[in-house]
Order: sequence, then C-alpha cells, then structure tokens
Amino acid sequence: MHELSVSSAIIDTAIKHARGQRVTAIDVRLGRLRQVVPDSLSFYFDIVSRDTPCEGADLRIEHVDSSLRCPACWCEWDPAPPPMATHEEVSADGPPPLPSFRCPTCAEPGEVLTGGELEVESIEISDEVPTPETQLT
Amino acid sequence: MHRTKIKVAEDALDANQTIARANRDDFDREGVRVVNLMSAPGAGKTTLLESSLSELEGLRVGVLEGDVQGSMDADRIAGLHIPVVQLNTDNGFGGECHLDANMVRSAIPDLDLASIDLLVIENIGNLVCPAEFRVGEDTRAMITSVTEGEDKPLKYPLMFRACELVVINKVDLLPHLDFDVDRLLANIETVNPGATTMLVSAKTGEGVDEFRDWLAGVPQRAEAVA
Repeated sequence: MHELSVSSAIIDTAIKHARGQRVTAIDVRLGRLRQVVPDSLSFYFDIVSRDTPCEGADLRIEHVDSSLRCPACWCEWDPAPPPMATHEEVSADGPPPLPSFRCPTCAEPGEVLTGGELEVESIEISDEVPTPETQLT
Repeated sequence: MHRTKIKVAEDALDANQTIARANRDDFDREGVRVVNLMSAPGAGKTTLLESSLSELEGLRVGVLEGDVQGSMDADRIAGLHIPVVQLNTDNGFGGECHLDANMVRSAIPDLDLASIDLLVIENIGNLVCPAEFRVGEDTRAMITSVTEGEDKPLKYPLMFRACELVVINKVDLLPHLDFDVDRLLANIETVNPGATTMLVSAKTGEGVDEFRDWLAGVPQRAEAVA
C-alpha cells in the first residue's frame, strides 16, 4: 500500500512544476523492477489529488521493461520472470525458468540499465484559472 | 483553454531522497552509522536485536523502532538499557506501511546522536514498501525466516535486492519444517548476486555472533565507501 505515498509524491512533483496552473495530465514512467502496482497507484491518485491542482488529471503510466547488462561480456538481458505458466504447462515441463540477475553467459552480476524508473516524465498544464480552493495545497 | 506540456524528468521520490540526504548529513556530522533493518512481520527483527545488541562490545548502539501502533518493541529494547525511540506511523488513515525519510527526520531530535556510534532503524514489518524508501541509512539489512518459504526472494525481489545482508532466522525450527535452505540461498543468489547471507537463530543464539560481527563492521565499511 505504499502506492498511497507514491501517488502523493507524484502529485507534489507535478504541482512543483505546474507554475500555479491546473494540471490536466501527468506522464509517469514506471519500471518493472519497482514493486508499484499501477491500478493501485491510479486508485490512490484519484483520492489524493482531490482539492489539489491535479484533481481530474489524467495519470498516464508508461511501463519500462527491465534490462540488465553484463559488465564483463556486455550482453544484455531481461531478468523479468516469464509470463505466468498455466498449471498444465508447469506440470508438463517443470517450473518456468527463474529470473536471474546474473549474466546467463558468464555469471557476472548484471548492472541495471532500465526497469528501476519511478519518474514523472512530463506534465500537461492548462491556462484555465484554477478555482481558489485548487490553487494551493 | 490552452494546454502546455512541461518536461519534468524527475524521480517521483526525489523529495524523499533529499530528506534522506539531510538525515545522512546529520548522522555523519555526529559520526553515527546507520543500518535500516527490514523484514516481513514476525521474522524476528526485535528478537534478533535483543539477542545481539545486549553483548555488542565497544560500540554504543541506539535503536529507532518503527511500528504502526504501540511501543511493545521499544519497551523490549529499553529493557536492555539501550537508548530507543519509538516511531508510530498510525496517522488516522490506517498507518503507513513503511518508514520514509521524513518520519525518521521527525525522530532525530529525540535521538542523542552524540552518545551513540551505530543506529539500527527497525522498519515496519513489510516485505514490499520499506524497500522503496531510503531514510538516510548507510546500509540495509533484512531478515527472512525459515517459516516463510524458500520462494520469498522471487516473490519480493526488490526487498532482497535492496539489502547488503540477508539474515536467515529461526534455523532452530529446521528439523520440524519441510524447508530447503539451499534452495532459499539459490533464490537469494538469483535476485541479489553476491549478497551476504547468514544462518541464525535469535532464540537459541546460533549464528548471532556472526550478526554481531557484521554490525560491528558497519562503521568501518561505511567509512570505506563514504
């Protein structure tokens, strides 16, 4: 449930950059290595943004796939677990391969290239005059 | 109505990071090194602190206890004559599931930093949320217990990846459990290659010396990276 804190942080970041204007949309980049649940984030966003300049804003979440790079052989891979296998697939072929943060070729620990993002990419503001109660939080 | 797009490109938790750095500066100024200790509820954070801190020689330790409600854990630590401050996150909205930098900041005036060398922050019991929030610590450690299952590193990779040390607690229960330690170690290795691990029973004292040594080494390791 830290999505509550994260949605507050997104709103604070947006307001800081909104020059006192009303925010109509927020673009967020969310890496798959973060444990932030998008639906939960949107749910809390709608609640926490009430009576702020972000009320009614469109929260647009872009997912960023994870990628790692081996510092030794420079190969790149995605440590994300494969899509959930069905029960039948599991019993037929054993469990799906595990995600690994070690290089599949030379076993060096990988460096995270992408997937750790939790970033307010941009906001869209409107020149419509904010109502007095939405001017400040 | 005219709409304008503004490029922001800012980490959403930037404000937390700024406060975490301010905490870190305060701790550094007083020469206090800080461990952020995390785990699921009931993994044995307080019990491990009780069994290890009481005999930690040559190092003055303080504890910051994070809980949603109550001071049960702080009372236990205070019983060992270790300086402890309780932080409750219950703010009328169910209580936060983690400590963040601002909450820790609010407790700093209550901590006598000049009289301690090492501060252990016992975070809220939770395997997800605390991993997202730095609080100004030098290092992060977690406890997983053998009653929790070998698959936990794969289910909660962020927490296991965030920590330099993974303590495997309650090993005194292994004879009674269908638990494969090697599989747990392999799963930890999968998500956090090279992480330090140790097998401990906070109850019987097995392995607690190793944890004590690790704690005693935090200041030196922190100096080395600072």
